[in-house]
Amino acid sequence: MKEQLVAALEAVKDPEIDSVSIVELGMVEAVQFDSGEAIVKLLPTFIGCPALDIIRQRVEQVLASLEGVERVTVEFIHHPPWTSERITEQGREKLKEFGIAPPPKQTGPSGEWQVECPYCHSPYTMMENIFGPTACRSIFYCKQCKNPFEALKPISVWM
Amino acid sequence: MIVTKPEELHQLPEYKAALVELLFQLADDDFIVAYRGSEWLGLAPHIEEDVAFSSITQDTMGHAAMYYQLLEDIGIGRADDLAHRRTAAERRNAILLEEVNGLGHYLHEPQYDWAFAVVRNYFYAQAKKVRIDSLKNCSYEPLSQVAVKVNMELYYHLMHWKTWFVQLVNAGGEARERMKKAIEKVFDDFAGVFSLGEKGEKMVECGLIDSEEVLKARWLQITKPVFEQTNLELPSEFPMKRGNGRNGEHTPDLVEALAILSEVYRLDPLAIW
Repeated sequence: MKEQLVAALEAVKDPEIDSVSIVELGMVEAVQFDSGEAIVKLLPTFIGCPALDIIRQRVEQVLASLEGVERVTVEFIHHPPWTSERITEQGREKLKEFGIAPPPKQTGPSGEWQVECPYCHSPYTMMENIFGPTACRSIFYCKQCKNPFEALKPISVWM
Repeated sequence: MIVTKPEELHQLPEYKAALVELLFQLADDDFIVAYRGSEWLGLAPHIEEDVAFSSITQDTMGHAAMYYQLLEDIGIGRADDLAHRRTAAERRNAILLEEVNGLGHYLHEPQYDWAFAVVRNYFYAQAKKVRIDSLKNCSYEPLSQVAVKVNMELYYHLMHWKTWFVQLVNAGGEARERMKKAIEKVFDDFAGVFSLGEKGEKMVECGLIDSEEVLKARWLQITKPVFEQTNLELPSEFPMKRGNGRNGEHTPDLVEALAILSEVYRLDPLAIW
């Protein structure tokens, strides 16, 4: 049953990036099934993210439609904290398809981020704004192919 | 002693009272400073700043909402009610954070002061960083876990305001003069941000947070090099000229802000925010 639940969660996409599922984003911390009740523990990416309520509703809908599921409980928890390292390889690829660069893999207190253009893969890019249209994104410009693009902000515990 | 769940608080009335007070301070600070930030929307110096400031404001309101949620989990009331229905006298935010952005009104001839916005937000973000670092070791586990999360978002806020601060102070001319005035004005009430109010000692005793003195000393230690680099003088004492918001003392600015903020909620308590 648990596998079925996880497979169903693959269909729940981020409402603001509809190519990537909440599983690929690393938001699903735990899935439990106990006598008809499906319990899903999710990690919010950003605390004030307005998409959280929509995600909650979608998870409830998708799981409630499965046979054998009588109740669905969705909980947002803060421990462990969500970090951008939790995004899966597949998730990173799908972000690029959507035109969003995945967060840089190696960042540290002194490390500047290097972001590759999701269209032409050039590293010759510049940051226009560390803040973007949603809490989790920044705005970049590719000097190679001359496209503006967005990148997911690195979020890590060393901060 | 570590308290892992709200249910354990029934046995600990004094601990609970100190924790509730601290959560109100944290929630109300972020709530009102986020409101003042939202009033800048469309008025920031350029469009990139509008994007950045509104993003920071959204994060900050999220932090407030989460502290109210922690209060709800303890059984103090519904988070939305705590955010919207409490009067000014019940609020615990520092007075500095409730002050209007400048002359005028955001709908009619706003003559907001960008220097004041930069100084208030930079000083507050740095004080919040010091506080959050302390809260990572908080004896109430749900709060220490939240602190880890807030810290990661705060990292970008602090970087943003520090960049503005250093650039405007170093710009010379009118920019530097206006920044110096804003620094003086912010320092006049800055002690209110560090105050833990009447239950402060109890909070420290319960292992909830470090003392006001420790927090202030850390803030000074981190800020000193920035002031030295920019050739500014850092006062060793900052007053609380208009009173202590932690004890419910507030200005008419807060009363007016709350009336505007809660207008929709009072019309329709089921509206989601």
